Amino acid sequence: MQSFTVHTGIVAALPRDNVDTDQIIPKQFLKRIERTGYGDVLFFDWRYDRDGNPDRAFPLNAPQYHGATILLAGKNFGCGSSREHAVWALRDYGFRAIIAPSFADIFANNCLKNGVLTVVLPPAEIAQLLARDAAGLHSLKIDLEECQVSGEGDFQAHFEIDPFSRTCLLEGLDEIGMTLKREAEIAAYEQTRRVGV
Amino acid sequence: MTARTLFDKIWDRHLVCAGPEGSSILYIDLHLVHEVTSPQAFEGLRQAKRKVRRPDLTFATLDHNIPTAGNRMVLEDALARTQVEALRKNCREFGVPLFDLDAPEQGIVHVIGPELGLTQPGTTIVCGDSHTSTHGAFGALAFGIGTSEVEHVLATQCLVQKKPKSMLVRFTGATGAGVTAKDLILALIAQIGIDGATGHVIEYAGDAIRALSMEARMTVCNMSIEGGARAGMIAPDETTFDYLKGRRFAPQGEAWEKAMKQWAALKSDPEAKFDSTVDINAAQIAPFVTWGTNPGMAAPVTGEVPDPDRGASDSERNSMARALEYMGLNPHTRIADIAVDRVFIGSCTNARLEDIRSAARVVKGYKISGSVQGMIVPGSQQVKRAAEQEGLHRIFTEAGFEWRESGCSMCLGMNADRLKPGERCASTSNRNFEGRQGAGGRTHLVSPAMAAAAAVAGRFVDVRNWHYKD
Repeated sequence: MQSFTVHTGIVAALPRDNVDTDQIIPKQFLKRIERTGYGDVLFFDWRYDRDGNPDRAFPLNAPQYHGATILLAGKNFGCGSSREHAVWALRDYGFRAIIAPSFADIFANNCLKNGVLTVVLPPAEIAQLLARDAAGLHSLKIDLEECQVSGEGDFQAHFEIDPFSRTCLLEGLDEIGMTLKREAEIAAYEQTRRVGV
Repeated sequence: MTARTLFDKIWDRHLVCAGPEGSSILYIDLHLVHEVTSPQAFEGLRQAKRKVRRPDLTFATLDHNIPTAGNRMVLEDALARTQVEALRKNCREFGVPLFDLDAPEQGIVHVIGPELGLTQPGTTIVCGDSHTSTHGAFGALAFGIGTSEVEHVLATQCLVQKKPKSMLVRFTGATGAGVTAKDLILALIAQIGIDGATGHVIEYAGDAIRALSMEARMTVCNMSIEGGARAGMIAPDETTFDYLKGRRFAPQGEAWEKAMKQWAALKSDPEAKFDSTVDINAAQIAPFVTWGTNPGMAAPVTGEVPDPDRGASDSERNSMARALEYMGLNPHTRIADIAVDRVFIGSCTNARLEDIRSAARVVKGYKISGSVQGMIVPGSQQVKRAAEQEGLHRIFTEAGFEWRESGCSMCLGMNADRLKPGERCASTSNRNFEGRQGAGGRTHLVSPAMAAAAAVAGRFVDVRNWHYKD
């Protein structure tokens, strides 16, 4: 997994609440058996018009967001289907981090497993970020070592993150490898009680 | 000893050991696998030269992308075929049992787990699918996971988790005639919002829950995720045990007696503390119909489409206005004045035998409206066979419905079963997101009886006033 320590990039604002994973990647793109190659179909139904051309009304297509690596989203981002393809699409598009007032549980977990940082900030700070965006300030720095988001226009915010999630991201850990090292405990557990069905 | 919730008890019993930095390593008793969210996980195992630790606790089926009509062993969609072939190959290579398209057990993963007796009280169950919460109806801790976690469970039979919070939802009073489990859960989500239970495991309790059949309890738990919950569960009781007894993978003989004793202890202690509690009077719930683009945007069938101007915040007003534009609806339109083009009775939410029976009872003796195309997709081959034995398929086909093979079908439209842009559908599924049933399609979530009545009337009607011809 790609590690995340400090990242500076362009922030694209998509201030809509309850963006579900069906919007992030529609069902017709879930038939592939690979983990990569989903960037072009991210937000497919919103991003392209019926002829397949970029829809100018969709925020991500705005020229100021070209090359964006940080997404500023609304509350409950990533709700609905557990499809990890949603995170693969965001990552393949180039996003390294998503900032929102809240995230859906499975989506946030999936982000973590793919080196995509989810930053939860309170509504007041999200509003500040949106004001910066309106004022043409599009760059932000996210420091996971310090748990801080900062940028021009005197923006500075601290965020909380579960300590183990933070370590996994900082070090790009292979979680399966770590759990496999607990083989003795897992085997002992299986011995002590009848497991399964 | 501290009083514990049902969730605490199952959690504690599955703790293998403490994980790093405050996390827990949790043992998984049953891992259900399907074709769409597993290929990358098996490929990950292959690349790392890892095995499936417990193929005996892993079961696979094909459900998401498969056709529900024609010769199902020949998949015309090349991408779907590749994915189906990948699951067959992975199951062979890693020794995982597969209920293939020609198997009598095949069906939607959350329908077949319970009907085979794989889903049992007190167990931990995961699947790469958010509606895994369905299995909580048996007093199991069951939740959806992403593909990376699917790979983690395949390799280790464990998950590294942080313990979620707990929420008690009490449905008090008795549910009225014509009001179903679907209406209870839609009413709850409309009240708490689609992120109302984020980070929580819900335990459903109260007289209205106790009165539900097992299949109805599954409908309630199934949609826990639509309220944002990690899982939903109901303490097992006689209804649970009666359902399970004699099923293929359920304990038999002495093992059954022993299991029953253990299961009887699976309930929250009277003094157990929940992080939050929600009370709902089931007696006041009417049949629900969603009007918007998420499951929380719902109203009683006696109500009307709300006015976005009455939203509580700018962001809610924007969401409501956006939803109404997408749905092609005007504020203050009576729900009963909304006409439908399509009716879909199916999905892991509402495609079990009782759902099919309830729809058939409404349809019996009627023809569906000339302007409506209706489709019944049983949740499994077992449901399909049982319904056919009762002659229900004839009630539907004589009324003008299509009677299909089992699969996820138009709940998510990964196969050919899809809405066309602008088509309006009464659906017994679980999500009315934009484009969920087909790009531009408009979904209204309802119970099977409400969907059947809408098919006959060509618009939504209050099924409580239905004239049954049986």
